[in-house]
Amino acid sequence: MKTVRAGSKSNGGIHPAYCKQLAADKPVVALPLPALLAVSMAQHLGAPASPTVKKGDKVLRGQLIGEPAGFISAAVHAPTSGEVKAVDGVVTASGRVAPAVTIVPDGEDQLDPACRPPADLQALDAKQLIGMVADAGIVGMGGAGFPTHVKLSPPPNKTIDTLIVNGAECEPYLTADYRLMVESADAIKNGIEIIRKILGARSLRVAIEDNKPAAIKAMEKVMARLEGDVELVVLETEYPQGAEKQQIFSVTGREVPSGGLPMDVGVLVENVGTAAAIWEAVSNGMPLMDRITTVTGTSLKNPSNLKVRIGTPFSDLLSHCGGMPPDSCKLICGGPMMGLALGSQATAVSKTTSGLLLLSKKESVAFTSSACISCGRCVEACPMNLMPNELSQCLEAEDYESAESYDVLDCMECGCCAFVCPARRPLVQHMRSGKAEVAARVRERREKAEKAK
Amino acid sequence: MTGVDPVTVGLAVVGGTGIACGAALAVAARFLSVKEDPRIEKATEILPGANCGGCGYAGCADYAKAIVLNGVAINLCSAAGEEVLALLSEMMGVSATAAEKRVAIVLCGGDTEKAVRRFKYNGIADCRAAHAVGGGDKGCSYGCLGYGSCSRVCPTGAIEITANQLAVVHPALCIACGACVKVCPRSLIKIVPVSRTIHVLCRSKDKGPIVKKLCKVGCIGCTVCAKNCDEGAIVMEGTLAVVDYARPLTTDVVIEKCPTNCIVRTETEVSDKS
Repeated sequence: MKTVRAGSKSNGGIHPAYCKQLAADKPVVALPLPALLAVSMAQHLGAPASPTVKKGDKVLRGQLIGEPAGFISAAVHAPTSGEVKAVDGVVTASGRVAPAVTIVPDGEDQLDPACRPPADLQALDAKQLIGMVADAGIVGMGGAGFPTHVKLSPPPNKTIDTLIVNGAECEPYLTADYRLMVESADAIKNGIEIIRKILGARSLRVAIEDNKPAAIKAMEKVMARLEGDVELVVLETEYPQGAEKQQIFSVTGREVPSGGLPMDVGVLVENVGTAAAIWEAVSNGMPLMDRITTVTGTSLKNPSNLKVRIGTPFSDLLSHCGGMPPDSCKLICGGPMMGLALGSQATAVSKTTSGLLLLSKKESVAFTSSACISCGRCVEACPMNLMPNELSQCLEAEDYESAESYDVLDCMECGCCAFVCPARRPLVQHMRSGKAEVAARVRERREKAEKAK
Repeated sequence: MTGVDPVTVGLAVVGGTGIACGAALAVAARFLSVKEDPRIEKATEILPGANCGGCGYAGCADYAKAIVLNGVAINLCSAAGEEVLALLSEMMGVSATAAEKRVAIVLCGGDTEKAVRRFKYNGIADCRAAHAVGGGDKGCSYGCLGYGSCSRVCPTGAIEITANQLAVVHPALCIACGACVKVCPRSLIKIVPVSRTIHVLCRSKDKGPIVKKLCKVGCIGCTVCAKNCDEGAIVMEGTLAVVDYARPLTTDVVIEKCPTNCIVRTETEVSDKS
């Protein structure tokens, strides 16, 4: 094992105020059981899970309450024992209504006897391990929520030679992954070993940004015991270096083609949180029922890193951290760059909720946007080498054909363009609605072409 | 070598090629021409030229072609009046009664005075963009957002966004092309026969107590209207009363009895504009 430093290789990127000191030194504490848990069936990319329980059912902690509905889907489990109060819809952080199971905890927190460690951990082969990951309902915990078992089973014509474990946490304010690396480096290391066993990838790279020295130290210590081509890559801090494609470029120098996936260049990226969850699932048979969430904000009395059950309403997290100060203005699920502004505190924690950020009136100024002045700063800042200036003007004029030819679908909505725009144009929102429209058109075209065959 | 002046040669070659090609084109035009039915052009001229696509064809010229070549019905154009229909029927030698004029209606009555907003939206003034931000700023997740996406796509300017952020259709201007129906992210717009003037202006599937909290003029699912009209004219879909436009509904009792005033009679301001 060796530690290497890597400068930022990718184009664009920005250096926002990271504000991580607010919660960085707060050890993870478990949040007490809430009075009500609303567990969404759509916490992952792909088809929502279909509920397997009905109103009035008694459930145990770890019991399956939603089974995957389709190839790209993930299982959902009861985060505690209790009674199912309702099976209906809840509004998720994205504002969409998703099917959900509402559970009233009985306070016993009784574990489902089916959740137990395997008889012989070493004897398990790759297929069994992937099965265990799927059964545990593990999804990418960095934010996208792609079902992990699907990611871990690449098609046979793709060989993966490098596994990158992502501990960059480039999003400002958030410290959930940082605390996990500092406090549970062993679990991450063990999880990494499981993933390596599944993939058989020759090389392993663990990438951490250089603004997290304690995490680097902790990971260095545990990784010393790993054998083979193993490197701890210390990245120069820059947003959005934790994004999959940017990280692959910074760590390996390989560029994922437009519209392609990391496996097209022989790489697979997993978040540190996912690695720890995999270890928990494989070694203890525990499905994904809780996660570490950073609750932070300069105006918040007591910013914390909390271990919360999936389905806990955000209002519980806030009251644990000192409640909403009177000058609060905006509540964001996730970080300030890519997070989603919330319309209600009743929204619940999901498998991908890495943070909850509260901004005061002073911090969340509402700008008025003006016409593009063609300064080109957004083009310089875009880590995907797109032209947000052109794109936003195409989309404003609803010229979706041009937007498609300017590769709007490659946009990952990182927000760098809007961050630097002196005209304060709502670039990300243009991209977001434009992407939805263009994707719908592409889909329609494909369906038509298939019909014509 | 003295000889022919290169300029003359150039002129001769280019000019000769030109004449030869011209002759070839003249011959080709004579023998290879495709005869287009002159009625297509005439029908295109007769049609209103709004190119709204409401008939189901890609613009008026395409519809004209379909009428002449494929014998498609001549009364599909919702923007056409009696005069247009008479001209078309004269030309094609078919008679057709004008289909009843249809108009769009926005099935929501909750403007900013009557319906609550959950948060302050400060993004792009477009309903589709607003709908994607936390599900829209309107408390009711089914109601009209009022950012005017429908109004902007309307080819005749028939949709007005009121001062209180609600889309309202002016039936006299509406040609029922359906462009607004496609663009509304909340599927609130319906095309109905113009003679139908009694509507339930609510599409909320929320239960009564929730509706009451969010909007003063929402349907709470009390079923009074369904019980006080002709069988099946208003049906309950869960906790929402829905007018079945295929059945007659004339009684004003439903308007009077609706406790939240979400059943209304729209103005009949349609004049025959053709």
